[in-house]
Amino acid sequence: MGLFILRRTGVMVLTALCLTFIVFFLTNLYPNLEKLAKTQGNFRMSDEAVASWLDNNGYSGPMLFRYGEWLGVTPGWTRDAAEGKVRGRCIDGDVLPEVAAEAPAYCGIIQGYWGRSTVFKEPVAGIIGEKLGLTGVLMFWVLVLMVPTALIVGVLAGMREGSALDRGLSTFSIITTATPEYVSGVIFIAVFASSAVGLKWFKGTATSAMSQPTFENFFLPVLTIALYGMGYIARMTRASMTEVMTAQYIRTARLKGVSFGNIVLKHALRNALIAPFTVIMLQFPWLLNGVVIVETLFNYKGFGWTLVQAASNNDIDLLLAVSVVSVAVVLVTQLISDIGYVYLNPRIRLS
Amino acid sequence: MEPLSGIDITGRILWQFWPVWISLIVLFALSMRFKRRLGLYGKLFDSPIGMIGFALVMFWIFTGIYASFDLIMTHLPLSQISGLKNKGPGSPLPSPDPGQYQWYLLGGDNLARDVFSRMVKGSSIVIGIAPLATLFAFMVGITMGLPAGYYGGRLDVFLSFMANLILAFPVILLFFLLVTPEIVAAGVPNYMATVLFCFPIIFATVLLNSRYHSQPSVRTPLMSAVLVVLIWIYLSAISTDGYLVRTEGLKIPLLPNAIDLFNIAGGTLVVFVSVVFVNSPTVYRIVRGLTMDIKTRDYVAAAQTRGEGPWYIMLWEILPNARGPLIVDFCLRIGYTTILLGTLGFFGLGLPPESPDWGSTINDARKLLSIYLHPALPPALALLSLVLGLNLLADGLREESLKD
Repeated sequence: MGLFILRRTGVMVLTALCLTFIVFFLTNLYPNLEKLAKTQGNFRMSDEAVASWLDNNGYSGPMLFRYGEWLGVTPGWTRDAAEGKVRGRCIDGDVLPEVAAEAPAYCGIIQGYWGRSTVFKEPVAGIIGEKLGLTGVLMFWVLVLMVPTALIVGVLAGMREGSALDRGLSTFSIITTATPEYVSGVIFIAVFASSAVGLKWFKGTATSAMSQPTFENFFLPVLTIALYGMGYIARMTRASMTEVMTAQYIRTARLKGVSFGNIVLKHALRNALIAPFTVIMLQFPWLLNGVVIVETLFNYKGFGWTLVQAASNNDIDLLLAVSVVSVAVVLVTQLISDIGYVYLNPRIRLS
Repeated sequence: MEPLSGIDITGRILWQFWPVWISLIVLFALSMRFKRRLGLYGKLFDSPIGMIGFALVMFWIFTGIYASFDLIMTHLPLSQISGLKNKGPGSPLPSPDPGQYQWYLLGGDNLARDVFSRMVKGSSIVIGIAPLATLFAFMVGITMGLPAGYYGGRLDVFLSFMANLILAFPVILLFFLLVTPEIVAAGVPNYMATVLFCFPIIFATVLLNSRYHSQPSVRTPLMSAVLVVLIWIYLSAISTDGYLVRTEGLKIPLLPNAIDLFNIAGGTLVVFVSVVFVNSPTVYRIVRGLTMDIKTRDYVAAAQTRGEGPWYIMLWEILPNARGPLIVDFCLRIGYTTILLGTLGFFGLGLPPESPDWGSTINDARKLLSIYLHPALPPALALLSLVLGLNLLADGLREESLKD
């Protein structure tokens, strides 16, 4: 088991390195850097001015070398600035050479330096922390709503295959999987929040929920994300429940005269919930997608909203940090789902 | 003129769709008549769920086809008529020219364009891209997944690592990275298209060669004919105005305009490539899993004993026997591709902003959503019904293919 986790962690680190390099490569392509120079400097820069701006701010050098700088395995760049001062990646502003000598040579994410956002003009680490907190609240409520509902729907549908209840609930779960967040969100806002229908039960934006989440301003975004993921988990639960309900030991229990309620709760449920566990864990990356869409739609300035801002403004450091976090989320959930599956299901042995 | 009433609007919309209704009735009548002779497709008509799904899907396919010939629509998707900005469903035109349709059946959007016509036209964009992109993703996934599952070993480890790499990327981040104007200007999507569009050619070559390599008299003419056509289409697809990429720093000339069959509009190519790219690793995983399962069967062992080549076994023994789950997944995946296309449109990526595709229209309309609903709901419901139809169809197919 230990070796398995170790090997998986190794693959994870390798994957994360490859992915961040891809992001680094794409965000540092020359047209992107040119745009960055023009937005940071001024829009009427000549080509030479762009080139010298890029050089002065450490964007010249070979790509692999700069990736190393970002990672913290190659020394950060330094340049001579005006008036005999020195500027560099690890130095805050233009300083005298004596001060610059005291600055650390390496500063990358390994040293805990995530860079500065060019859009928000703040250190990236602070932004990411704050936004992750906001999205964490959203995700928490999504899980609270989604997981129990999905499991109940799935178990009820799978209890008696082919019954009217099963047909109804299965149709419901198919409809929810067929409704992406930007469709259900729009419909919910239209029905429950617009002045045209007039119900106005909820608020159409969740901006106020960032400081003070209430049922009124937070329910619609939570419901929108939860609904799309719910159908899939419910269908998986149903499939595994119907499989368990046809197993021999359930028939034996029934022949012994155990009541139907007891069969479902005491005999079937535990085994039927193994498969959905993996599905729920693997659902996390999809939830991340939903979060981006819903946060944009409801204007909730969390992690997903930050991703959109960073990507559309080519905020290199912020975008890299966002991808590190989201890739980590994906990989860690995959690992947990694999390990959890083995724990829950003694029939699977690692070999 | 008076605005139309609700019943009137419904009636007129249903009437606008008349070519679709006729095609649907003909298709269903023929299929029901001959369903015993049509294999899995015919069996679909035994399951009510599958039939409903198939009807929904075919409704949008027919709508998409007719809309690309400008049928069904009442106005042009880009024509603006002043005075109809944000007007509700059934609003009459202020001063209709003779011969012009006199109402905006589902109202006007924030640029005074007809919501109904845009929704209808949007279907032809979705129907044009989604199934084809899914097919390409399947070609890529199958060409990689079969050898990975069949040979196993290092090849499998390497390919699976690559697939997991793409799968670990959050889809939206990938879209933002691939579809931003600067990346497009650098020609990244063109290079990706150059690689991804190779796969159908490789697939066709291997498919035919493995089948006919023992009969050179059949193989050589057949393969050269197929290859010439495919390579010509391939070169036409990846070259625009005589160039593969044309940026300031780099120009790679390709097929001259005179023999270039068609040009794919820049936005469409980018969207197409990124959707194929995102979908193919999942297909790869499915194909790989199925291959690993099927390669232990007796008929594969029999083929190996007969001395058949590995590609013959993969493509003519394993692949046909994996068709059931693959067809089901194909339906589901078209639905997922439709959702992805909508996502791209929702973030205003790829296709030009005035494009009538459903995602872009939803994105356009959501800004005024709390006051005007009518521009947002038709494309949202259209997308919902198409994806729902594909899901139901996949369910029906799965149920019917499990029966035997």
